[in-house]
Amino acid sequence: MTITVYVPCDSAALSVGADDVAAAIHEQADMRGLDIQIIRNGSRGMCWLEPLVEVLHDGVRYAYGPVTGADVPGLFDAGFLQAGRHDLALGPTDALDWLANQERLTFARVGVIDPLNLADYQEHGGLVGLHRAIAMQRSEIVAEVTDSGLRGRGGAGFPTGIKWKTVSDLPDGQKYICCNADEGDSGTFADRMLMEGDPFCLLEGMAIAGLAVGASEGYVYIRSEYPHAIATMKQAIRIWEDAGLLGPDVAGSGRPFRIKVRRGAGAYICGEESSMLESMEGKRGTVRSKPPIPAVAGLFGMPTVVNNVLSLATVPVILAKDASFYKEYGMGRSLGTQAFQIAGNVKRGGLVEKAFGVSLRELIEDFGGGTASGRPFRSAQLGGPLGAYIGEEHLDLPMDYEGLAANSAMLGHGGIVVFDDTVDMAEMARFAFEFCQIESCGKCTPCRIGAVRGKESIEKILRGEEVARNIALVEDLCEVMTDGSLCAMGGLTPMPVLSAIRLFPEDFDRTPAAAAAE
Amino acid sequence: MPTVPPLDIDATVVDICRQHANAPADLIEILHDLQEQIGHVPQSALPTIATALNLSRAEVHGVVSFYHDFREKPAGAVTVKICRAEACQSMGALPLIERICARHGVQLGGTSADGRITVEAVYCLGNCALSPAALVNDKPVGRINDERLNAAIRGAMS
Repeated sequence: MTITVYVPCDSAALSVGADDVAAAIHEQADMRGLDIQIIRNGSRGMCWLEPLVEVLHDGVRYAYGPVTGADVPGLFDAGFLQAGRHDLALGPTDALDWLANQERLTFARVGVIDPLNLADYQEHGGLVGLHRAIAMQRSEIVAEVTDSGLRGRGGAGFPTGIKWKTVSDLPDGQKYICCNADEGDSGTFADRMLMEGDPFCLLEGMAIAGLAVGASEGYVYIRSEYPHAIATMKQAIRIWEDAGLLGPDVAGSGRPFRIKVRRGAGAYICGEESSMLESMEGKRGTVRSKPPIPAVAGLFGMPTVVNNVLSLATVPVILAKDASFYKEYGMGRSLGTQAFQIAGNVKRGGLVEKAFGVSLRELIEDFGGGTASGRPFRSAQLGGPLGAYIGEEHLDLPMDYEGLAANSAMLGHGGIVVFDDTVDMAEMARFAFEFCQIESCGKCTPCRIGAVRGKESIEKILRGEEVARNIALVEDLCEVMTDGSLCAMGGLTPMPVLSAIRLFPEDFDRTPAAAAAE
Repeated sequence: MPTVPPLDIDATVVDICRQHANAPADLIEILHDLQEQIGHVPQSALPTIATALNLSRAEVHGVVSFYHDFREKPAGAVTVKICRAEACQSMGALPLIERICARHGVQLGGTSADGRITVEAVYCLGNCALSPAALVNDKPVGRINDERLNAAIRGAMS
């Protein structure tokens, strides 16, 4: 009987040798005359265990990791194909605490299925949502998404259903669904994992969005730094076209919907929705003034739904189960689940999907296991390079949109970057301005000039020059950037800067002598 | 020195534009295709693209110069993109980048004199749980240190 072995093809797994492991397993099986098939699945999100090899034995998947090519002969000797004991054996995958303590709705299939196997997708609940949507009125689909409480997972947290309603209510004509897969925030990789691990789920969400608002064309804008995600999405689209799930008649609905992939070109600003639309039109990715909002005048000036990967990929499960199922998770106005990404200086980094309301401490300490270096925790940056730094005193905050906002922080796209006590927060504040300088689109002055002046002022502080005066100057500049910038790039760069100054004033207390001594 | 004679570049450009139906909205895809085929986007290609897409040269130049991905000159035989965003910084990416550049005799963002290697900064490769992260000729390498990254570079050179 053929034995099934899973070796992830997720970029994170590839980056630590998953291809070598797969090749070694093939070679050993051939040498030993064993009948196996290797399925290249997505990642389970336990990045520190990658490459995580799983073996299906008696209907249960057993995990081994992290496996290197050199470990493979030993695994065969230990009878890992029959779930044999080995130093790298972790037991049944689903029983691992890291996974068992999650609530995986959006990521239910990621790491479980063969990403490009349509039958596998359907066996695990795929297409149920789309078929249900086809049988519904447009307004019913929009109402279901609105009722679920789903909010934009890209970071802004705008209610998805309300955005859809705006587009749906506009007169029929050319409308677009644009998926923002320009996941540029440091500390985030959930979009990439989903596209590499369950691309059909995103296509299904987009097709449902198309049905809901009356759009016949969709685009996925993927950053060029994600070559594997781009390749996987393109293959997935071809498979869906061949299966009649995309094209002139979506799954027998009589309605057309097509999806194309657009590549980014290394500009962080294109994650901002209006810059992304400019870029998709083949132009410089400069920010547009609002109004009009993209829902009214988006891609090529037409009504456009712009949603993040995770927002769209959550739609199928909402339609498959229904809104009340989804909103049982979460708290307050933050309903459902969030894919938290634990990254940086952390022992067990990876993806944790949990209902809103989980505390940072649970994420960083229980799931993450503390710092990778073993040194004391000092700070974490939440929500990407435009998000605030937090300190030890914030670890018990519940992770939801409003709770964090009340504490001058933001959830953003769910990224958590952990730093140990060697971090120099003044240096991080300087970097926040430097990043803004590199990535500003240049359209508005507070961002374009503010970033440069801010960086220079922090450099003066680092050198111990007129520290108090320069801190006052930076704070004043941050006010101008917050109030006067066109978009979140300039508008939120003050978040990391001011939070660092507020929480870690000792790092800014430089004297010329101390600076010279370094 | 261009690796392909100018005339051939022209033909290649015209061909790529035609594959995209000479659509101005496809400009970024066209530039990607061109860079994949000849390794860079030379200034000399811009007038041809502008004509094909019915855009001004300034518009095409504006797009090419806006995006970090497009390079005017060919890269080295091996291109290393190392992340210097926050997650990778938390695991020591900045000093690592300095050491790698010094070892290979290259400035960050530049190509070594012998043309063997280009080292560029990127801001996030989406591999932040295995920081520091790099791409060596589009192949992801995670949890890098000097030894792992140099081994990947040697592997790409051989």
